[in-house]
Amino acid sequence: MELLLNQVLAGIATGAIYACMALAVVMIYQAIDHLNFAQGEMAMFSTFIAWQMLQWGVPYWGAFVLTLALSFAGGIVIERALFKPLGNAPVLTHVAGFIALFAIVNSVAGLTWDFTIKQFPSPFGSSPFLGSQLISTHQAGMIGVTLVLLLLLYFFFQFTRIGLAMRAAAAQPESARLVGINTSWMVALGWGMAAAIGSIAGMLIAPVVFLEPNMMGGVLIYGFAAAVLGGLSSPLGAVIGGFLVGVFENLAGTYIPGVGNELKLPIALALIVTVLVVKPTGLFGRAIVKRV
Amino acid sequence: MSALQEIVETPPIETTPKKYMALGTYASVVVVVLLCAAPLIAKNFVIFQMTMVLIYAIAVLALNILTGGSGQFSLGQSAFYALGAYTSAILMEVFGVNYALTLPVAGGICFIAGYLFGLPALRLSGIYLALATFALATAMPQLLKLHYFEAWTGGVQGLVITKPDAPFGLPLSQDMWLYYFVLVVSMAIYVASVNLLKSRSGRAMMAIRDNEIAASAMGVDVALYKTLAFGVSAGITGVAGGLGAIAVQFVAPDSYTIQLAIALFLGMVVGGVGWLPGSIVGAAFIVFVPNIAEHFSKGLSGAVFGLILVLIIFVLPHGSRQIAYTVQGWFHKLRK
Repeated sequence: MELLLNQVLAGIATGAIYACMALAVVMIYQAIDHLNFAQGEMAMFSTFIAWQMLQWGVPYWGAFVLTLALSFAGGIVIERALFKPLGNAPVLTHVAGFIALFAIVNSVAGLTWDFTIKQFPSPFGSSPFLGSQLISTHQAGMIGVTLVLLLLLYFFFQFTRIGLAMRAAAAQPESARLVGINTSWMVALGWGMAAAIGSIAGMLIAPVVFLEPNMMGGVLIYGFAAAVLGGLSSPLGAVIGGFLVGVFENLAGTYIPGVGNELKLPIALALIVTVLVVKPTGLFGRAIVKRV
Repeated sequence: MSALQEIVETPPIETTPKKYMALGTYASVVVVVLLCAAPLIAKNFVIFQMTMVLIYAIAVLALNILTGGSGQFSLGQSAFYALGAYTSAILMEVFGVNYALTLPVAGGICFIAGYLFGLPALRLSGIYLALATFALATAMPQLLKLHYFEAWTGGVQGLVITKPDAPFGLPLSQDMWLYYFVLVVSMAIYVASVNLLKSRSGRAMMAIRDNEIAASAMGVDVALYKTLAFGVSAGITGVAGGLGAIAVQFVAPDSYTIQLAIALFLGMVVGGVGWLPGSIVGAAFIVFVPNIAEHFSKGLSGAVFGLILVLIIFVLPHGSRQIAYTVQGWFHKLRK
């Protein structure tokens, strides 16, 4: 029983990271209808920036906020420089663009900070949470930060003018433009927010998986799985999907014989394909009707 | 308009006449003569590199059939390449089968695997398919490392393969023999692919690519041809993988990561989507450019790859095909 509880809680904690990645993926998907394959690399790069600032002696939360701001700006710059000119290009061109971004970011991070594994500090420490042996403070912190983030996003989209404008621009670009919303900048804003959310995921997972240029490869796949499971059109679904994927991954690794650590990535694959086949819109997604 | 719709929406690629999918007769003869003569003047290592170009060209061609032909695309070709490579390697080293005979088996197994993966993939289009295949490519090295298969696959260490000698006592070096062997296989595959795309099935695939709903209204069995395209593409990629394993004399899980899938995808974009001769241009690109880039700085090849990809997207959206057209236009002017 203790093992089960332990695994579920640990799954929820890693699920929090997947939830953050899935949130970032969904943000960009909402804005431009494409999946950002470079999301993980962008998050990794942000984490390296935070690490560099920590090395320079900036206190943790200072570095955290600065990294968020820089990632936000970086996301906007990438959108303006690379993806705005692509505009209505076919999907293939967009995929090529994301892959290019993936390769460039990965390679530049490797050149700047090399490929050795680095320690990344946790702001919460690694002692047991509230004296319980089930979960560490860092894991609790990961869950807490994700929930706060979700709450902030909820308020942003539900109760602010810009949030409303962003939703309008994503749902009905033409109509939104007619009522005076600058849809082009709403897309850029979505990119900035996605980059910032991704950087949070990167900084939270780095103490667990250690910092190196390829650290987000697996995490991104789980993030995709979470986003697909929850439904690509629903931020709340993405978060729930993230927690579900985390728990599912841990339970499968523990209880299905022969799965262990080796088969965890293929599990994500199986999950993606199964969900897409059984319910392509995900648990909380809306069906999109295509007209001829 | 939702970008969820199929890839091909910009007019330039579709409006090009179908006959431009292949080279003309004269151009083909020139290319074949050049390819046959090339090893006579090159060193052994260069011959090896050219062999790899031909092998990647087959794999890029396979992806081109899938994307240029049926309008689906895949970031998971490295998985099928790996499957083909391991099939050949295991047959040769564990069961002692002749290397040439392993290729049809590799192709067949990959065809089945691709067809089966194509079945659920039927319900996915555009980015969803990219996502599923992306996950497949990421998961493949993990699957190859599994300790259940270790007796055959050699686990993390992989398998070492002996290089075949030239048969019948021909006075050719191993590299040169392998080059000509690969050349014959790739030409056969090229001719078969051109004919496939020209055939009834090929036209059905292209109809699906251009407008799936219209194609199904015309009576095209969309599900059948989409999965078939996936299977054929995977099968050809498997043959390329088998050849690659023989040429490199080594298979290991980490040779077949997402990087390989990205390289093949890049080769297709550089060569020009839907233009089969572009495959060899793209393959030459992915073999030689990383070498040149690493000459300047190790680890830079990724950035160079990425930058060139961006340049191509913006400057030459149709890759080498666009250059070929321009050159062709000059020739026509000269004649007049």
